Formats: sequence, C-alpha cells, structure tokens
Amino acid sequence: MTWLTEPFRHEFMQRALFGCVLIGFTNGCLSAFIVLRRLALMADALSHSLLPGLAIGIILFGLTPSSLFFGALVAALLVALGAELISRSSRVKEDTSLGILYTVAFSLGIVLLSFAKVRIELNHYLFGNILGLANADLWIIFGISSTILPLLVILQRPLLLTLFDSTVAASQGVRVGALSYLLLSMLVLSMISSLQAVGVVLALGLLTAPAATVYLFSDSFPALFWGGGILGMAGSSLGLFISYWLNLPSGACIVLVLGFAFCAAYLFSPRYGVLTKYFRRRHFHEQSLARWNRKIAPPAESPAGQAE
Amino acid sequence: MANHRLQIKDLTVSYHRIPAIHHVNFEAACGNCVALLGPNGAGKTTLLKAIVGLIPPETGSVTFHSSAMRASAADIAYLPQRSTIDWDFPITVRGMVETGCYLRLGLWRFFRKEDQERVDSALETMHLRDLADRQISALSGGQQQRAFLARALAQDAHVFLLDEPFAGLDKSSQESLGQTMRQLAGKENLVIASHHDLKTVPELFDHVLFLNGELIAFGKTEEVFTNANIAGTFDTEIFSGSVHDVAH
Repeated sequence: MTWLTEPFRHEFMQRALFGCVLIGFTNGCLSAFIVLRRLALMADALSHSLLPGLAIGIILFGLTPSSLFFGALVAALLVALGAELISRSSRVKEDTSLGILYTVAFSLGIVLLSFAKVRIELNHYLFGNILGLANADLWIIFGISSTILPLLVILQRPLLLTLFDSTVAASQGVRVGALSYLLLSMLVLSMISSLQAVGVVLALGLLTAPAATVYLFSDSFPALFWGGGILGMAGSSLGLFISYWLNLPSGACIVLVLGFAFCAAYLFSPRYGVLTKYFRRRHFHEQSLARWNRKIAPPAESPAGQAE
Repeated sequence: MANHRLQIKDLTVSYHRIPAIHHVNFEAACGNCVALLGPNGAGKTTLLKAIVGLIPPETGSVTFHSSAMRASAADIAYLPQRSTIDWDFPITVRGMVETGCYLRLGLWRFFRKEDQERVDSALETMHLRDLADRQISALSGGQQQRAFLARALAQDAHVFLLDEPFAGLDKSSQESLGQTMRQLAGKENLVIASHHDLKTVPELFDHVLFLNGELIAFGKTEEVFTNANIAGTFDTEIFSGSVHDVAH
C-alpha cells in the first residue's frame, strides 16, 4: 500500500489532491448543464477570454492569487455578458458575437502580457500546474465550490425546466433570462477555479467530459448531475496519481483519464454505446425474423413455391 | 369549478412595434374544445403565448376565473410545438410528467404521496402507464403529445393551450388525440388548439376561432365554421368539397 500513501508524504501532493477533489466535483456537476445546454463552445471561448484579465490583474496589482482571480473574473464576465447583450439586442447571433469578443480579448491579453513587468510563464496559465497550488489558491477554489454547488442544488428544478423547454418554463413563471445569466456566471467562476489545475486550454475537458460520459449511460438528470460530479472527482484524482507515478504533466493526465472514460462509454455503454448497438440483435423477436426470412425466400412446399 | 371562464379583452401584441394580433376579444368557458384557425403568420402562436403570459400584451387583458392570468400560472398549461423540444434530453416519460408538479412544490418540498398519485393518474388517463419508464424519444408522435398532456394534468391545469398538436401525426394518432382532447373538455377543462387541417375541424372541435391578425369570427362550430368565414380568414377559397357536407 505504500505506493498509494507514499505521495502524501509531500505537502504539495496533499494540497493538490484536495484541489482536485473540489475542482473535479464542482466542474463535473456543472458539466451536466454545459452538455444539455450545448454551451461547450461558449465555455471554450470564455476560458480564452480569461487571459487579458490575468494580464491586467498582474499589471495593476502584481502576481498574487487575488489579483489573478478578480482580473480573470471581470474579463470573462465582460465577454460572456457582452456576447449575450449583443445577441439579444441585435440580429447578430450569440456564437458570432462571442467569437469576435473572445478572440479580441485573447489578443488583448497577449499584447498586455508583454507589458507586464514580472516575468510570466505563459505555459503555467495555458496548461495549469496543480502541484504549485498555494493555500490562497485553495481558499479561492473552496470558496467557488461552496458558492456554486449549493446554488445548483437549490435551483435544480427551475434549471431543469429551463434546460428541457425554456418556453414552458417561462410560462410557469420561471425567470429564464436571469437563470441563464446565473449559469454563465457560475461557468466563469468554475473555470477560474480550474485555471490552476488544468489551465485555460484544458479547462473545457473538466467541464464537458464527466457529464458527457454519464449521458451515454443514463436517462436520468440527477444521475447526470451527481454522476458527473463523482466522475469528475475520481477522474481528476486518478489523473493526479498517474502524473505523480509517471512524472507527467498533471493537467494533461487529468484530461486524458476523463477522455479515456468518455471513449469507453462511447464504445461500450450498454444503452447508447456504438459497438454495443452494432452487435445487438437487430430484431427483438425471433418470430419476426423468421417471418421476414419466409417472405424473401418462401419454403419449397408452399403454393408460391410450386407455381414457380 | 364548473364554468370557469377565460376572458380575453382588447388584446394587442406587437413584435418590434408591428402588431401581430390586435384588439382581440373573446370569452370561452371550460368544457369546450376550441380550434384556432388561420393562415401562417396569422398570429395563432402569438395569441397562445400572450394568453399564457410569455409575451407581454400592449393593450388589453387576459383573465381566468376573473383573476389576472399571471397570478394563476398553475391553471394554464402551454404545450409547445413538438419540433422545439430536444428529444435526446435525459428524462423519462414519468420524469417529464413529474416536472408538472414543480410549480406547486416550489424549490424545496419533496414529492409527497398525493403528488405521486397525481402523476400516476395523469399517466393512466393518457394511457402511458406501460411507457412511463421509457426515454422520451422512444415514443411515437402521438404518444409524445399525450405525454405533454399528462404533464399538464399533473400540473392540475384547467386550460390547455396546444400549438399545432396534430402536426405530423398519422390518421389513427390524430383520432386518439382528438378523443383525448374531448375527454379533457368533458372533465370541465378548456382546450384551445391551433390547427391546420380544415377537414377535421367539425369532428374534433365544438368551437372555432378564426384569426388573421384580428379576430374574424368566434363561436360554435356549427354556426361559425362556414365558407364565408373560411374565405374571409384565408382570403382565397382553398377549401374543396367536403365543407358542404358539414357546414352550411
């Protein structure tokens, strides 16, 4: 058992595991909404728009966890809400307005980072470094998780109604517009929390793969929600261990583990797996198959056979 | 609860300052099946959405049982066109019917025995008992419509607003849905459905509402469903033959 406990003699590994559990669970639960609301591309765009916020935070307040947090928060909220505002107030659709805003923001980030006086390792933000989590980072992650999770649980019914059919939800008095802004804000927050672990580029993996995997197994929304959380948590922790044992980058290992789970579900899920579907019997009833065979090749003793 | 009335007074609704329907007045009592007829763009969906409060009216009011509609959201159920639904959504028929109870339960309260019974009886009424645990895409078109109606029943609604419920249904599904609608009306509910197939109007609906931007005519099918009104609504005489057998 030493191979399991050995990593935890290091304090940075204890912190990393704690971070993984929180980030994995929160992002996993949220991924149910990303998958069903088809927000994956939007989430990708938002993750890139964190960059100028990080740059401005560093330039104005130096390289501290809180300056990074608030910089990223403001930048992503501006891009997300700005894109929503443009799409609602003009004929330009949301994906287009988001595409424009986030590339502009990302470019602005690259330009601004060259002005930063501190030497900044861009890789650190692009691909994450969970082994470098400081206590302040953990507090931010903990704060974000304990904001998002209770909100998601409390609002599960109106959120479910809105996701399934926003018109009917609105007709029942659910404030659909407010809920979608809230969901976007939660998306941004959870992305910031996973910034340290997997980075800007890989954050999307944690926000889509867990629920997408469960989606191939189950027809129940609570299963998608809790199952996504548990899978996200387990996958991140396993990824962390693998990265420690094999001495590989942690963010990439986490996303690879989740990706492997998704591929396995895609191929072998008992209900919606591609291979399972392929090898399943086409006909439920032997009789129907037999009848069909008789139709295309009538038995020799039948009148039709004699007439030939 | 007999003879609840839905009153529409001077209702005008606009998109971008262009009125889609204007100054519509009518009053319908529970226990009836109303067909909402009109050409494309006549404002049928707009009228349904305005009644349920999805679009704010510019003038006029909608009241049910002499209280403002918005206050009685539970009394009214809006069934959207089937094409607007994501049928791959991970939810079973029973799960969808249960969402009808959410309005009453609010955010917190657990399902009690009576809620469960209400869901069961809604499934029973709509003949969906055996299909309750299926994912919603594994239903036929007619069954999907009935599942929506079951949700409305679980909501304990009295007014059912159906947007094109017969679109894409085959003959036998149409007949069974029509039967279900009359059953609902028989139990003191008000059913209003937008409809395209003029030939089936007399067998399915006891009231007709002709709409083309404004209200053309409203009344009992045998009195109002006439060639003149059809022509007045659809501008050109697109009907051939069978109307003479049923309407005079």
